[in-house]
Amino acid sequence: MSASRVLVLHLGLLAGLFALQFVLPAYHHGNLARIMVLAAYAVGYNILFGYTGLLSLGHALFFAAGMYGMALMIQHGGASPAPALLAGVLAGAVVSGLLALLALRTTGVAFMIVTLMFAQAGYLTILYFAEWTRGDEGFVIQQAQRVLWGIDLSQPTARYFAAWALFSLVFLISLWLVRRPFGRTLIAIRENEERVRMLGYDTFAHKLGAMVISGTISAGAGAAYGLLFGYAGASFASVQYSIFPLLWVLLGGAGTVLGPFVGTLFMFYLIDLSSGITSAYMLIAGVVLVLLTLFAPQGLVGELRKRIFRGLP
Amino acid sequence: MTLLSTRGLSKSFDGLQAVTDVSFEVAKGDIHALIGPNGAGKTTLVGMICGRVAPSAGQVIFDGQDITDLPAHRRIMLGMAYTFQITSIFRGLDVAENVALAARRRHPAPRVAEAVAKALRQVGLAPYSDETAGNLSYGHQRLLEIAMGLVQQPRLLILDEPTQGLSEGEIAGFKTLVRDLKSETTLLLIEHNMSVVMETADRVSVLNAGAILAEGTPAEIRANAAVQAAYLGTSDA
Ligand SMILES: Nc1ncnc2c1ncn2[C@@H]1O[C@H](COP(=O)(O)OP(=O)(O)O)[C@@H](O)[C@H]1O
Ligand SMILES: [Mg+2]
Repeated sequence: MSASRVLVLHLGLLAGLFALQFVLPAYHHGNLARIMVLAAYAVGYNILFGYTGLLSLGHALFFAAGMYGMALMIQHGGASPAPALLAGVLAGAVVSGLLALLALRTTGVAFMIVTLMFAQAGYLTILYFAEWTRGDEGFVIQQAQRVLWGIDLSQPTARYFAAWALFSLVFLISLWLVRRPFGRTLIAIRENEERVRMLGYDTFAHKLGAMVISGTISAGAGAAYGLLFGYAGASFASVQYSIFPLLWVLLGGAGTVLGPFVGTLFMFYLIDLSSGITSAYMLIAGVVLVLLTLFAPQGLVGELRKRIFRGLP
Repeated sequence: MTLLSTRGLSKSFDGLQAVTDVSFEVAKGDIHALIGPNGAGKTTLVGMICGRVAPSAGQVIFDGQDITDLPAHRRIMLGMAYTFQITSIFRGLDVAENVALAARRRHPAPRVAEAVAKALRQVGLAPYSDETAGNLSYGHQRLLEIAMGLVQQPRLLILDEPTQGLSEGEIAGFKTLVRDLKSETTLLLIEHNMSVVMETADRVSVLNAGAILAEGTPAEIRANAAVQAAYLGTSDA
C-alpha cells in the first residue's frame, strides 16, 4: 500500500469521527466520546504489545497513574485542568520508566507476572491511601473544576471534541512512530530480538523507550478519562483495566495502527448490544470473541491487512 | 597489521569445556578461515568475539582496543558484523526491510535505500527485494543474511558456515563474492566446505576439541598430518 493511500485511509478515519458528532444521536455520541478515550489507551498499549511484542498485564498502573496524577492535583492541589493533565502524563512517564527498568530484565511469562504484580501493588496503594483517594468509592471531579481554557468539558459537544483531539493526537503519533526507524526497530525486536542486537542496536534502550511511550500515552488516556467523565476510582487500577486494552488490541489487530480503535469500538458495542438482549450478555460477548480468535486470529484489521491491504502499517 | 586477536579465551558451559585457552590473530584484509569438526567450539569462539557469549576467561582485542567487557551491540558499532550459523532473519518482514534494518545503523537515512539495493545486488537477491523474507528458499535466506552483513560495511565480517545448505551453483557464486570482498573488508569465515576454504582463504586456523590445533596457509593445513587425523580424514568434507 502506497504511503499516500495509507495517509488517506488513516486521516479518513479521523475526519469521519469528527463529522460523526453532527449526525449521531445523543446516546451514541456519548458512547463514541468514551470509546475514543479508551481507544487512545489501546493505542498506547499497542505500542508495547503489538509493535514491540511485549505482553504487559499491568497497564492499568499507567492508566491509573495518569488518572490519579491528574485528579489528585485538582482535588488536593487545587490545580486547574491543564497543569493537572500534564501532571498525570508525567506521572505515567515516570511510573512506566521505573517499571520498565525492573520488568525489562525479564521476558515472556516472567514479564507478564512482574507487570501484573506491580500493577496490583499500585491498586493496593490507591486503596491504602484512601484518605486522599477515597479508595474503591473514588471521588467525583466537580463540573467547575473541569473547565479547560474556558471550555466546560462536562458538556457533550466539548467532551466529544476533546476526546477526538486526544485520540487524533495519539493515533497520529502512533502512525508516525511505527514508520520511523525507531518504530521499525521495535517491530524487528518483536520479530527477532537477538538478530536486532547483533545488528548493533541497544535493544534494552529501545524496549525502555517503547514502554515509556506506551505508558505515557496510556496515562494521557487515563488523565483525560478522569477529566472528561468527572470521576477517579480505584477500579480503573484493577487488573480488569489491564486486560481490557489487551482484548481491544487483539480483537482489532495487534501491530496495526487502526486496530486499537476498531477493537475498542467493536467490543464496546458488542457488550452494549448483547446486554440489551439478555442478562447473560457476557456469554454472547464470549462466544463472539471465541469465534473471532478462530476465524480472525490476527484481529479485524490484521485480517484486512493479510487479505487486502498488504503493507498497512 | 592485526585487526583482531584473542588472548587465552576460554568458555565452559556448566562444566563442559567448549573452548580452552584460545589465542589467535586475524590480520587486516585477510580471509581467515576457521575450520574444525562439529562441536569443536567454533561457534562458541566467534560468539565470544562478537559478544553473544560471555567468556569464562581471556580477552578479545579489536583494532587495538580491549573489547572484552563491551556488550554485543557496541562491538557491532565498532565495525563487526556477524551472521548466524542457524539462519536468523526477520521472517515476517520483506527482504529490503531486513537489509535496511542492518543498514540504518551505519548509513545516514538518505543513503539507506541505495546501500540496501547495492547489498542485494551483490548477493543476487535484487529481484526479491519486496518478497517476504520467510518465503525465500533456504539458500536465498542464507544469502539474505550475508547481505545484512555486507550492508554494514564492516571492518570484520564474521560468517558462521555461510554455505551450509547452499546448492553447487550458489556456492560458486559465494566464492566469487568472497574474493570480491577481499578488497573491502576482513573476513573470519567458519566453513565446512573444503573447496571454499582452499580456494578463498589466506590463512586457516583449525580448532579441535576447543583448542587451536594448527594454523597456516591452506596448503600447509592440507599437508598437516595432525589436521588430517583430527579432521580432514574423518570429516565429510
Ligand atoms: N549454549 C550452550 N550451552 C551448553 N553447551 C553449549 C552451548 N553452546 C555450545 N555448547 C557446546 O559447546 C560445544 C561447542 O559447540 P559449538 O561452539 O557450537 O561448536 P561448533 O560450532 O564448532 O560446531 C558443543 O559440545 C556444544 O554442545
Ligand atoms: Mg557451529
